[in-house]
Amino acid sequence: METYSAMREFADSWALLALVLFFLGVIAWVFRPGSTKEYRETADIPFRHDDKPAPPDSDDSAEATCHKEART
Amino acid sequence: MWDYVKVAIYGAIAAGAAFAAYMARDMAYQVHMMIVLAVAGGMVLYSLRTLGRARPQPETGYMDDVVRAGVIATAFWGVVGFVVGTFIASQLAFPALNFEWAQGVMNFGRLRPLHTSAVIFAFGGNALIATSFYVVQRTSAARLWGGNAAWFVFWGYQLFIVLAATGYLLGVTQSKEYAEPEWYVDIWLTIIWVTYLAVFLGTIFRRKEPHIYVANWFYLSFIVTVAMLHVVNNLSLPISIFGSKSVQVFAGVQDAMTQWWYGHNAVGFFLTAGFLGMMYYFVPKQAERPVYSYKLSIIHFWALIFMYIWAGPHHLHYTALPDWAGTLGMVFSIMLWMPSWGGMINGLMTLSGAWDKLRTDPVIRMMVVSVGFYGMSTFEGPMMSIRAVNSLSHYTDWTIGHVHSGALGWNGMITFGALYFLAPRLWNKERLYSLALVSWHFWLATIGIVLYAASMWVSGIMEGLMWREVDAQGFLVNSFADTVDAKFPMYVVRALGGALYVTGGLIMCYNIWKTATSAPAKSVMPVAAPAE
Repeated sequence: METYSAMREFADSWALLALVLFFLGVIAWVFRPGSTKEYRETADIPFRHDDKPAPPDSDDSAEATCHKEART
Repeated sequence: MWDYVKVAIYGAIAAGAAFAAYMARDMAYQVHMMIVLAVAGGMVLYSLRTLGRARPQPETGYMDDVVRAGVIATAFWGVVGFVVGTFIASQLAFPALNFEWAQGVMNFGRLRPLHTSAVIFAFGGNALIATSFYVVQRTSAARLWGGNAAWFVFWGYQLFIVLAATGYLLGVTQSKEYAEPEWYVDIWLTIIWVTYLAVFLGTIFRRKEPHIYVANWFYLSFIVTVAMLHVVNNLSLPISIFGSKSVQVFAGVQDAMTQWWYGHNAVGFFLTAGFLGMMYYFVPKQAERPVYSYKLSIIHFWALIFMYIWAGPHHLHYTALPDWAGTLGMVFSIMLWMPSWGGMINGLMTLSGAWDKLRTDPVIRMMVVSVGFYGMSTFEGPMMSIRAVNSLSHYTDWTIGHVHSGALGWNGMITFGALYFLAPRLWNKERLYSLALVSWHFWLATIGIVLYAASMWVSGIMEGLMWREVDAQGFLVNSFADTVDAKFPMYVVRALGGALYVTGGLIMCYNIWKTATSAPAKSVMPVAAPAE
């Protein structure tokens, strides 16, 4: 088969199916149990580190939040 | 050691540019190589002067000086682009403004790509680079990765703008809309863009937050997709390495399809995804509440990037492009209504419970109007992509009006909002110099857009109807010149709208300047924590 036709057939079938399934998977993933609580936390990211980066050794963002709140 | 290597590299670039300018086959190429020579020569002098000077300790805070430079560049190029746009709008209304003494440099044909590139790439691009550097640091809680690479991105991008702009005036173009710069400028932009991607991704890899905030997803998709679009659409063979002319690799309808795949996704990923990144950070910050629905923002993201990439063929209805491809583009454009309006609702509803801020805060008013224009132009666009509607709207001023309600309304207003948000923070000020001036800017810009869009609707639909009007014998009723004559009043109104928009931009520059120089400084001492 010609390269174009082969790629076209693949795009029309398996690639289309994979993309649609991925997209539906994303929507299902967004509504997974427990996501609301997690996303509430994520949506607050812009309000945490306005003035300076997190201290180099801490990976815990919640700790930084407490630290900041104590000062204000 | 590295300092000496740098001097050698700049010297080699300067020598190469001098040789290329000497060998140049056309004037524009020669001018460009002289610009490169001047820049590289300047860098040699600068590196020699700073040679061996002790470097300060690496800083640990956020890297904001490059963002400050980006804010200044955005405001500057914005006004330049608006002024050129108002001038060419006046040229269309009053052709005498195509001055005889400036023929071949300042006539409409040369200035029009200068205007589009100045507002999209110089104003919009600088706004995107500056805000993405600001946002990715704050939402990753990490300093920008790559040290001076961010400065290279900034200054390299300014050089790209200067090369592109001077090229347009001197007649260098590969005749692709929004991709006019020739091969060597394209290669330069590719280098800058890859560095930009590295800086952005490097900062995300360093992040202290477990999650990548949604604004960064939009910025990242903008950077990655623009890289892909730019490289594929600019595949061309230079006729000579010492000349500015190149030949496209694709031909005919394939070339047209590649161009509009690029062109529409420049709208979709440069002017939409990137600016949505701005929306998802600056609207919540200015409203002081988190985004309305984070779930919706994730679905918005994936739906937008999955659909936009297919919408390009709607630019080629009734051409040599096969009908099925046009239909595909049209269907995907209409499906885009959903993510676009989902995103608009998400932006607007972020204010729910804080609507009173609309009365008191002109900056949030700007952002809300911007999101409103996003909703309007993403409603209008899919409608115009429908084949039957397109047969009326295509090639008319309606398209120009649509583009400007998106560009002036959505991109312009969200950028102004972001600049007003950033100015006091970047220059460590308590507040903006004047909120009253922000209000003036808001009303001038809004009335300007309304005049612009309304006059172009009238003019475009009138023009489309006049073109297709036939008499009982089937002869066309109007000649082309009749439509030009009939459009005159609308063209004057459009130029007036542009002038209002420029005035607003100048007011913004003054306000930001005064904010940086004479607004009250932020109090340095942290407020003492109350005893608990």
